[in-house]
Amino acid sequence: MRAVDALMECLKAEGVDVVFGLPGGANLPTYDAFYDAGIRHILVRHEAGGGHAAEGYAKATGKVGVALGTSGPGATNLVTPICDAMMDSVPVVFLTGQVRTDLLGTDGFQEADTIGITMPIVKHSVMIQHPREIPRSIHEAFHIARTGRPGPVVVDIPQDRSRADITYEPVTDIRLPGYNPTTDGNQKQIRLAAKALANSRRPVIYAGGGVISANAAAELAELVSSDRFPVTCTVMGLGGFPATNQQWLGMLGMHGTRTANYAMDEADLIIAIGARFDDRITGKLSEFAPRAKFIHIDIDPAEISKNVPAHIPIVGDARNILPRLTVEYRALAADPARLDEWWSRIHTWQQRHPLGYEDSTDSEIKPQYMIQALYEATGGEAIITSDVGQHQMWTAQYFHFTRPRQWINSGGLGTMGFGLPAAMGAKIGCPDQTVVCVAGDGSIQMNMQELATCAQERIPIKVFIMNNGYLGMVRQWQELFWDKRYSQVDMGQWPDFVKVAEAYGATGLRLQDKRTLVKDMQEAIATDGPVMVDVRVTREENTYPMIPAGQAARDMVG
Amino acid sequence: MGEPATKELLSLDQLEAAGGLRSGRKHTLSILVENKPGVLTRITGLFARRGFNIDTLAVGPTDDDSISRITLTLDGAVHPIDQVTKQLHKLINVIKIRDLEPDDTLSRELALFKVNADGTARAEVMQICEIFRAKVVDVTKRSVVVEVTGTWDKVDAFERLVRPFGLIEMARTGEIAIARGRGET
Repeated sequence: MRAVDALMECLKAEGVDVVFGLPGGANLPTYDAFYDAGIRHILVRHEAGGGHAAEGYAKATGKVGVALGTSGPGATNLVTPICDAMMDSVPVVFLTGQVRTDLLGTDGFQEADTIGITMPIVKHSVMIQHPREIPRSIHEAFHIARTGRPGPVVVDIPQDRSRADITYEPVTDIRLPGYNPTTDGNQKQIRLAAKALANSRRPVIYAGGGVISANAAAELAELVSSDRFPVTCTVMGLGGFPATNQQWLGMLGMHGTRTANYAMDEADLIIAIGARFDDRITGKLSEFAPRAKFIHIDIDPAEISKNVPAHIPIVGDARNILPRLTVEYRALAADPARLDEWWSRIHTWQQRHPLGYEDSTDSEIKPQYMIQALYEATGGEAIITSDVGQHQMWTAQYFHFTRPRQWINSGGLGTMGFGLPAAMGAKIGCPDQTVVCVAGDGSIQMNMQELATCAQERIPIKVFIMNNGYLGMVRQWQELFWDKRYSQVDMGQWPDFVKVAEAYGATGLRLQDKRTLVKDMQEAIATDGPVMVDVRVTREENTYPMIPAGQAARDMVG
Repeated sequence: MGEPATKELLSLDQLEAAGGLRSGRKHTLSILVENKPGVLTRITGLFARRGFNIDTLAVGPTDDDSISRITLTLDGAVHPIDQVTKQLHKLINVIKIRDLEPDDTLSRELALFKVNADGTARAEVMQICEIFRAKVVDVTKRSVVVEVTGTWDKVDAFERLVRPFGLIEMARTGEIAIARGRGET
């Protein structure tokens, strides 16, 4: 059997039902195998689109995404999605073509050192040295991508290795002597954490994307309901706890609610679950949560005490640890009344500083209103993806996510152009759900070519462009911190997104009247096939509240 | 009313931060890795991008063909060693890491010194070599090459003593180390 046919068998054995890619010279053998392998292949228009689509698929379904590119530029085009998947712990296997082994190191046509280029941004990578290694390497790649702290794995396959014949035997045992993620969580530490919780008077649960990766949202809800613990989530954690719950404080961090940030500031105990104390959360590290002790639950031991020293570290899988923590906590029968004072403080903040904005009095659409309208138009049910910038933060603030994997965005790397291909992947993974991409007029242009893919493959995603004609977040920073010297942020009125949509074979719409916005959005969502909607919003609106970079929660503005 | 009805009391003040601490001394890490292409690059790349400084690095085979040993030393005053080892552990090809306890460890370094040794200086250099049980492995009219084996501080001491004679060149391997006693490193 050809090694590439064995590769197809391995993909099927791993349960792969779709891959995203683009062929080229070095992966011709692989594409020959796809011809009749019976695996759905989505032909993307740019490898980065394929990589982000695989991420969107993985984030929406919890399964491993697969993206392919050829050698050289095919692989370098995948660098951004690989790095994105690394930063946000997304399980994706990237299969890259490589030049023939006799050309390696000769600067051959479309040769790039893919392993070298991607080494700092992968969970693991391997170049196939011998055709017979292909099956084992593929299964190891899926195992590594999916288990422990998920992440991207690159398998680089030289062209001659992939077309050689091998004797294929299914691989059932994975032996990786250097890879044994700790999942259990130390019982003594869990007991200590329960005791700390029971003795805390101002606790806050700070949940990150790890809760979603671990499929531990129900377990988190159970812990939260065992007492009146206030909960906040990072931008990656949204949906890990329902934003409609009484104990929800809103998102925390740079554009989080004042309530969530003030609660972190005054807390005496912070329980971090699958979160990594990113600078967008902590602001000025030396003034972050100065009164708090930290319980840190994470599957990756290297995250514990990396930025903020933990007092009670618990290494393991949140889904395994949280139920045991709940049991231990309940056994202590702590008096909920000890949290009365804390809640009255929180309620004061909530009343004094609700999220808000000054709405227009005419037909003008404020960007915040656009998200509220989308929430209403979708009944809060849709899967929402986003690009990166103001629209992302407003979506995080004003769309109340209630379930895990409902909110798909690029948090760590902050990749513009992520949203549309991610929506494409999410829709393929979850065909029964409405999938909406909220984009900016700047970022949509970074991967807009995938509308052609959506048209050809009939992937009915609904894209709503929050169009203010600016690179809005950069403009906001220039306004606030650079004396309004707007340098290279005005995108003007190009392109005409309605015409672009139509040219790609999608439906194009333009909305600019607030009074009919909800109904118009509903109609757009109900329209068959891919739809791209140009929503004209207030040009110079700022995302507030905000902790200016490098400052403390107390210094929030807006 | 009254105090919360917790069965077990624990004052949050009693909790102390764990991890991220700096030891203030030199650390020797003995790292067993899979003998595969690119593994050393992964390790040095990790050090470079996380801003960890390697003082010395030595790589060689072990008794098992499929495994290599990397011995590296770094300054625990500059880096929290637990963060370094935890990051290293994330590399799939890293099998085992030991942060060696100085008292339970045998460590050796090999160094070659090319020293000026004309006339009267030669006798003095030879005398120092004798004290350090160093071996002269090459000699010309005006210079000698000396081979020294020992711990890094012994090699450092030798260097300090011969430098005044005119140190032409020096090459050091970096330390390798192994645990004392019957147990595996």
